[in-house]
Amino acid sequence: MQWLAALTALLTVAVAIALSYRPLGDYMAWVFTSRHHLGVERLIYRLCRINANQSQSWKAYLGSVLAFSAAGMLVLYLLQRLQAWLPYSLGLPPVAPDLAFNTAASFVGNTNWQSYVPEHTMGYTVQMAGLAVQSFVSAATGLAVAIALVRGFTARGTGVIGNFWVDMTRANLRILLPLSIIATIILLLGGVPQNFSGDTVIDTLAGGSQTLPGGPVASQETIKMLGTNGGGFFNANSAHPFENPSAWLNLFQTYMLLVVPFASIRTFGRMVHDHRLARSMLICMVALLLIAYASLVGFELANGGAAAADSHGALEGKEWRFGIIGSMIFTAATTGTTGGATNSMIGSFTPLSSMVAILHMVLGEVSPGGVGSGLYTLLVLVVIVIFIAGLLLGRSPVILGKRVGVREMKIAALVILVMPVLALAGMAASMAIPPIRAEIIDYSMSQANAQGMTEFIYAFVSAAINNGSAMAGFSANTPWLNIVLGIIILLGRFLVIALVLAMAGSFASQPRSVDRDGHLPVGRPTFVILLIALVVFIAVPTFFPVLTVGPLAGGL
Amino acid sequence: MTSNIPAKANAQLSTNPQSGLKQTTAATGTVTTAGPKPVSTPASSQPSTAVSDPTSPAATASASSQPSTTTAPPAAPAPRPPADNPWEREEGHVFPPLPKLLRAALAKCTPAALWDNPVLELTWWGAAITTLVAIAEPIFGVQARSGGTLLPAGFSATMAVFLWLVLYTATIAESLAEGRGRSQTEALRALRTSTRASRIRHYDPRRDQAARHVATLNVDALDLRPGHFVIVTAGQTLPADGDIVWGGGMVDESAQTGESAPVLRNTSRANRQVISGTRLLSDRMVVKVTKTPGHTATDRMIALAEGTHRQRAPKEMALLALLSSFSLSFVLVSLTLNLVVAPWDMPVSIPILAALVVTLIPTEIAALMSVTGIAAMYQLLRRGVLVDSGHALETAGDVSTVLFDKTGTITEGDRCATRFLPLSGVSEAELVAAALLASAGDQSYEGRSITALAAKRGFADCDDLSEGDKIFDFSAKTRLSGRDCPDGRRVRKGAESAILKWLDHDGADIAPAALAELQGETTRVANRGGTPLVVAEFPAAGPARLLGVIPMRDVVKDAVPFRMEQLHHLGIKTVMITGDNPLTAKAIASEADIDEYIGDADPQAKVDAIVAEQQAGHFVAMSGDGVNDAPALAQADVGVAMNSASPAVRQAANMVILDNDPTKIVDVIEIGRRQQATRGALITFNMANDIMRYFALFPALFAGEFPQLMRLNILHLHSVPSAILSTVIFSIVVMGILIPLALAGVPYGLTSPKRALCRNLLYYGLGGVLVAAAGIKLIDLLVMWIPGY
Repeated sequence: MQWLAALTALLTVAVAIALSYRPLGDYMAWVFTSRHHLGVERLIYRLCRINANQSQSWKAYLGSVLAFSAAGMLVLYLLQRLQAWLPYSLGLPPVAPDLAFNTAASFVGNTNWQSYVPEHTMGYTVQMAGLAVQSFVSAATGLAVAIALVRGFTARGTGVIGNFWVDMTRANLRILLPLSIIATIILLLGGVPQNFSGDTVIDTLAGGSQTLPGGPVASQETIKMLGTNGGGFFNANSAHPFENPSAWLNLFQTYMLLVVPFASIRTFGRMVHDHRLARSMLICMVALLLIAYASLVGFELANGGAAAADSHGALEGKEWRFGIIGSMIFTAATTGTTGGATNSMIGSFTPLSSMVAILHMVLGEVSPGGVGSGLYTLLVLVVIVIFIAGLLLGRSPVILGKRVGVREMKIAALVILVMPVLALAGMAASMAIPPIRAEIIDYSMSQANAQGMTEFIYAFVSAAINNGSAMAGFSANTPWLNIVLGIIILLGRFLVIALVLAMAGSFASQPRSVDRDGHLPVGRPTFVILLIALVVFIAVPTFFPVLTVGPLAGGL
Repeated sequence: MTSNIPAKANAQLSTNPQSGLKQTTAATGTVTTAGPKPVSTPASSQPSTAVSDPTSPAATASASSQPSTTTAPPAAPAPRPPADNPWEREEGHVFPPLPKLLRAALAKCTPAALWDNPVLELTWWGAAITTLVAIAEPIFGVQARSGGTLLPAGFSATMAVFLWLVLYTATIAESLAEGRGRSQTEALRALRTSTRASRIRHYDPRRDQAARHVATLNVDALDLRPGHFVIVTAGQTLPADGDIVWGGGMVDESAQTGESAPVLRNTSRANRQVISGTRLLSDRMVVKVTKTPGHTATDRMIALAEGTHRQRAPKEMALLALLSSFSLSFVLVSLTLNLVVAPWDMPVSIPILAALVVTLIPTEIAALMSVTGIAAMYQLLRRGVLVDSGHALETAGDVSTVLFDKTGTITEGDRCATRFLPLSGVSEAELVAAALLASAGDQSYEGRSITALAAKRGFADCDDLSEGDKIFDFSAKTRLSGRDCPDGRRVRKGAESAILKWLDHDGADIAPAALAELQGETTRVANRGGTPLVVAEFPAAGPARLLGVIPMRDVVKDAVPFRMEQLHHLGIKTVMITGDNPLTAKAIASEADIDEYIGDADPQAKVDAIVAEQQAGHFVAMSGDGVNDAPALAQADVGVAMNSASPAVRQAANMVILDNDPTKIVDVIEIGRRQQATRGALITFNMANDIMRYFALFPALFAGEFPQLMRLNILHLHSVPSAILSTVIFSIVVMGILIPLALAGVPYGLTSPKRALCRNLLYYGLGGVLVAAAGIKLIDLLVMWIPGY
């Protein structure tokens, strides 16, 4: 019965995504290839003194990305630090420096790790002018970088990969903003509040009184999901009834998380005029997502003890209105994208489910990954697969008419190292320093056992991969964790972006060969299998030994 | 006809329908003579001297005849080498003796020797650290525990031994491959006839500049060093590059530069440099050696085949980057693991961490990567191909277009007369008699083929060279040969344009009808791929006459159509590029089953054709043997020179085909691809192996503390120490299994990529998982009998 429900929920989301896959993907391809500037865009370019028709080299592009993000981070940091003097601050004090740094890093890095309790820390101005804005532009940054990499494949030896400022403007104005407006209206219809009324105190039926927080929830909720950000308006995130009021809206939010990352694969196929590779990548993403979903549902239904058996599964930490299925489909989507929104307590999952959640993140966020980041990460892995398949066939490794040479492979080899290095080094450093270790075990972890270890591992993996979800129960608001996780988030985001742009530049400076695929069967099932196998092979073994002392020790 | 006539050839077909009376501008913009066209190279204008080279046993055998007719092949093709060529010997003592092998492998087991192979370097450090731990443990009386498990006594020492064995097996693989290569090249080196030199013991330029009264040493040229002085007398070969300090003389430099005419070398600044391998024809000189002999292109290639001067090729570098990345991630795991699990206070012992790294990093593929490279060179050497770099061999595997220089490559290169075609009013006997007269002094292959054809048709040869006869030898400049008889009769045979020019020059008045008929005949001959020779005479009395046409035809080599078929199977486009006219080119291309052809090509046209293919994204291989091919060979991604080519050409090429068979390029491409496929198979096998190794190692790490982890022990290995030891031993065993595979290369079929990928994944992917599962389990079944395991 539960499995039938799981299937129904899956089909609902799948059909919705399938329906929007082509139109949205093709639309995005048009947005990024159109030569025409909208009037408002021209105004922006003129005001910002941007030469919109000048394509940038990868270094210039990267420079723009970094400059833009650094400026965004500074603004966000200052907004938090100056909160007390801002309007609509709800009387909240300035945010502590370490927490402000962590939050700024995490929102600029599209991670939206939240070490804080939003309703008690951030006023409306910071939420709207700071966090919501970064939710938009950080997602747009990811999309821009992905498109720049795609342009690397289509360029004919010119070495230029587009203009970041144009990509950024268009991604926001033509894609994220219109989608957000539509989605916000749907959320409003579903009962998500949007006001500036602050807290409302009401008398409950039982005679007590209750404080109901208000605020511009719907607008921020929209971009939190669409931009695979995950930074909720409330601490409970999407488990909060004001963020995610009903079962159908829960499925709609799942759809919102997945829609842009999936559609960008179509955009890729469209831009390179070759849908075979895109289709293989799509199948790979779907397969990994389905495996994660099925194992999450399976472990939650199977592993619960007597109490869970009576209530048809382990329901602790899950919202009644979603149930196990609604929670798991959301979790699969949020760990597969860099979403990081949560509608249930991952900390209360059965240990093996939380391991699945960790492994799903560890895969590198390619199922389907964050807005843009999913596409570029998977493309890097595809480059490696092309190289190995080329070796296996004795053919030169060619991807879309570009040769995979030493430089490209070196970059790809570095990209796959970034996440494990950051996560494992971060964990090791935290445990190596005795006072920090004591603080983490005694304060941060909910329990000093395998469960606490799982929370700890989850936090670092989530930060390194820019996911942002966390196992509730892990208190991360300590100076050490704020700063270390903030640094990990920034490196995890921008090191990869720098490498991806370097790869884009390297491909862009190659002439495009007529031999598009070098006779490699990129559209064949064997290629998909090889891709999936490699995604798993690269990611999982590195974390397996650590996981044995966390979820595996707890769950077996 | 499988050819798509390229636009370039088309253009020439339309502008030049006849076999050329006029000068035509070729599409490349260079003025070329249309029709049968001499490739005006210095080498070709010298009919009698074979372009010989000390390393070529075949060169002397080549009847390097230059044509008496119009088209001269740049260099003569050589017949197949005799069967006792060293590179074609049967396997016998190709494996070096075992003690020598083991010693050579041991010498490689130092961090310095392994420095350029980061994966093996890591293995060294893993083994070294484990050894230190094994030594320290008894001294400090530490009881070895790991992850909550009490390890058996001597576990660390056992680990150390086996980790060293892993490394040792890896280095043995490389030594084995190098040894094989060396045993082949030793013979090749011996074959290089070494030049003897008269080295002056004490040269005193002030007292005895001519070195007439000095003691000399008769030394091997290879022992000369810069600064030595040698005496060279007429008829001797220059033993080394150097400067003349006294004397001078005529030097035949054709072997090195292809320039046929002897050049004067003396002490003047401009002329004093002499090149090793050239021959002094006259006089005597004293030469100061300026360069250590023995660093020719061939020497370089031999060194490479031995594996001594290996440089990493790009794809090897790329693979190494990937392998290093995998390796680093496991180093990271082992470095951080104990820190991360610190709250449990059950650190994994250092030997086990080292074992974790050594068994999980791609040691096998890293060790065997150089083996595959050396093995591929060795296989090429056995087929008579020397390669100058791993890069060239790798690129060969990527080649998608092959350009052949026609003459001597596709065809035998020597034209034979096929028929006698008298013009109207001329009898066949008349024509034959005149042709015989004109060819009598022509000892070239083509000249003799006319005599042979005449004899076959029952005409007697007129070898009565009377005293007053004046013989005109063929030269590339005049493009005709003939004789003036004492009675005033003058006979010529040669290219149509040359004959007409000769007639015109000597004031002959040819009837337009005869001219038209001649043009009709020559065009017909050319259309069928032949080269028309025209015979004409000024009789002793009477007006000049055009007698007839002799079609000369170049014969496609027997093996060529089959080899082209193989190239098509490999998905490779074949292009023939030749100085011949497009019609000849077309006929030969269709006979040889070549996709495209470009006629009337001068050296620049060859380069242009290569550049055009490269810009379309193809990797281009070019085979050639003429001096004029050097720029094209250098431009091509893979330049393949024949051994008969001059050193300058061989220098420009990446490969040298020792027995001068250009179709060996098929073998080169196949071996290049197989080398890649072998590496792909190895890395797939290695990664698939790793999956089972995880399941053997990871549960064992903390099984002592969390016994429930043994539920992941899907192989049901006996115990924690046994699981770890079995996995390490398996690494050694699997290396042993893979060495023959790396040496021989994986079977490389001509199946479609789709099926090949499927099959390879099944064999090496699934196979890798199964072999590892069975292997580790079997070893475990043995190891479990050791007390304590």
